[in-house]
Amino acid sequence: MTQQMTSPEHIEYVLRLGDNALILGQRLSEWCGHAPVLEEDMALANMSLDLIGQARMLLTHAGRLEGRGRDEDQLAFLRTEPNYRNLTLCELPNQDFARTMVRNFLYSSFQKLLWERLMTSSDAELAAIAAKSIKEARYHAQHAGDWVIRLGDGTAESHARAQGALDYLWPYTAEFFAATPVDDTVAAAGVGPAWSELETAWEALVLPVLAEATLTVPARTPFRSYGKFGRHSEHMGHLLAEMQIMQRTYPGAQW
Amino acid sequence: MYTQALDIPQQNTEAKGPRTIENPAYQAEFDAKIDAGGYIEAKDWMPESYRKTLVRQISQHAHSEIVGMLPEGNWITRAPTLKRKAILLAKVQDEGGHGLYLYAAAETLGVSRDELLDALHSGRAKYSSIFNYPTLTWADIGVVGWLVDGAAIMNQIPLCKCSYGPYARAMVRICKEESFHQRQGYDLLLTMMKGTQEQRDMVQDAVNRWWWPSIMMFGPHDKDSTHSAQSARWGIKRISNDDLRQKFVDATVEQAKVLGVTMPDPELKWNEARGHYDFGAIDWDEFWNVVNGHGQGNVDRLAARVKAWDDGAWVREAALEYARKHDARDSQAA
Amino acid sequence: MERKEWPLWEVFVRSRNGLDHKHCGSVHAPDAKLALQVARDVYTRRQEGVSLWVVQADHIVASDPDAKPELFDPAEDKIYRHPTFYQLPDEVNHM
Repeated sequence: MTQQMTSPEHIEYVLRLGDNALILGQRLSEWCGHAPVLEEDMALANMSLDLIGQARMLLTHAGRLEGRGRDEDQLAFLRTEPNYRNLTLCELPNQDFARTMVRNFLYSSFQKLLWERLMTSSDAELAAIAAKSIKEARYHAQHAGDWVIRLGDGTAESHARAQGALDYLWPYTAEFFAATPVDDTVAAAGVGPAWSELETAWEALVLPVLAEATLTVPARTPFRSYGKFGRHSEHMGHLLAEMQIMQRTYPGAQW
Repeated sequence: MYTQALDIPQQNTEAKGPRTIENPAYQAEFDAKIDAGGYIEAKDWMPESYRKTLVRQISQHAHSEIVGMLPEGNWITRAPTLKRKAILLAKVQDEGGHGLYLYAAAETLGVSRDELLDALHSGRAKYSSIFNYPTLTWADIGVVGWLVDGAAIMNQIPLCKCSYGPYARAMVRICKEESFHQRQGYDLLLTMMKGTQEQRDMVQDAVNRWWWPSIMMFGPHDKDSTHSAQSARWGIKRISNDDLRQKFVDATVEQAKVLGVTMPDPELKWNEARGHYDFGAIDWDEFWNVVNGHGQGNVDRLAARVKAWDDGAWVREAALEYARKHDARDSQAA
Repeated sequence: MERKEWPLWEVFVRSRNGLDHKHCGSVHAPDAKLALQVARDVYTRRQEGVSLWVVQADHIVASDPDAKPELFDPAEDKIYRHPTFYQLPDEVNHM
């Protein structure tokens, strides 16, 4: 088997993908029972279920690559905060429907590009996960994008909320494309693209939708976030405390 | 997916249905259809009292579904494994879907979903009071699936054949989707019972708290039930509260043995002569207290629903405004 | 009057190719595009479909239930339209 040959960078890259899905899936699940209409409650739960499904496959895969016997749940629930490698954007609180939808749109547009590239990964399991996940990301980007347009071009209040959400979230998208040595190693091995390569294509996807939504794209600022390097926002600790409580309180129990 | 106490009195929702005039010829046709076990469809003539009873019953049922998302939703973010998180989220989402199907069935009777929600939010409409009990531990998620969904399924299966077509069809879809709900709860409990003593104690504690409320879900005794006779005549209630309750107790006691838990009722024992389990007296004061708003969760549950609705108002308006603008632009372009 | 509630859409699903679209329920949605999306989210969670139609409910024209006698009863006595009307010898009765 090739397990011993897997580079730590390759494992971290897969973990990062898994953690994005896990943490955003967790955030979206908070909406269940509280959405603006029943129809949207169903839609948000579907998106959350897709992401939790992706997280399970990716974390299982990361655990196998690592070869230390950790399964999806040990990885999901029993790591300490700096060992989670998700984008900071995924862990930010939902706030309101505008922030939730703008985030889903920015994130799933990025995922669409990423999964497309990962379908030809030299890691066959990752390629298979990508082939499944890209369909989900396409639908998420479609649904969230249609909502961004409706909120942006709806009432004065919805426009203000959507613009506020975009202003708040936009600086966090710089992290998507921050160069890392991990990406360089992984890209050289043909496992997946360096995320920094995707910026132009991502802007080509999101800018027209934001324009149709009559939203103003903020200028880039020096603000940087570092979730994918393991340095998270203050929100992450609270999310983990809640998500991990059962596994932390009852070590080793079966559920 | 839950229905109980469908004859709980409440202020009637005003229905503006078609052709509400009382007419002997229509009445005779309606009675003949009911007696032949046929279906009444949305645009068919129906007595106003039949319509009102259905609106009350279906909307109480729909409200129960969406309020019922809250106690289980309380544990989604804390589910102990990713598999259980996905199962629970899918299940709670199903309850939302069931609420949606039921509101749609009620809407065929000439009321809007917004009117029905307004009745819920203002406290005029009732929902199943089982959801006013708190979910305190993860074992509650299993017990709610096993006992509460189990009781609900017993109540609901006969409704798949109820006389009102749109309601019956909604119930068929609901019962089909519902079939995994009770099983996932029992499966969750089986896993916990195979675990540590602490886990087994947690399950027993949850059973102790949910057993009596779940058998109250079948509503008052037949002799105290106000609408049962008329509803049976109309084919919108096919089995009596007490018969369903007995059926539930008989089935559940056996399942408890397999699980290895006991019910908190010293009088629960097999009665050879009746061929059924006897059980202790139900505390109806407790039942009516919760129905009348004094349960642990009543205030919080309703507040959560009202908050979700109020917080969503700007979203619903925005989407309508967008549609209005674009309709106007399209018609200008045409 | 200001419309506050999203319009109602009827949802039809084709469960697999080769079959008709069949009415399966309804959703509220502000416009056609979102109606299709939420119909997908509500009615195809268990692989129930491969194609969806949504129609705004008030665009459906329905027959009058009171007109059942004149619309549908006249077909009652045209029994010669049904294959079972014709008694054929056993050897050719599969016709």
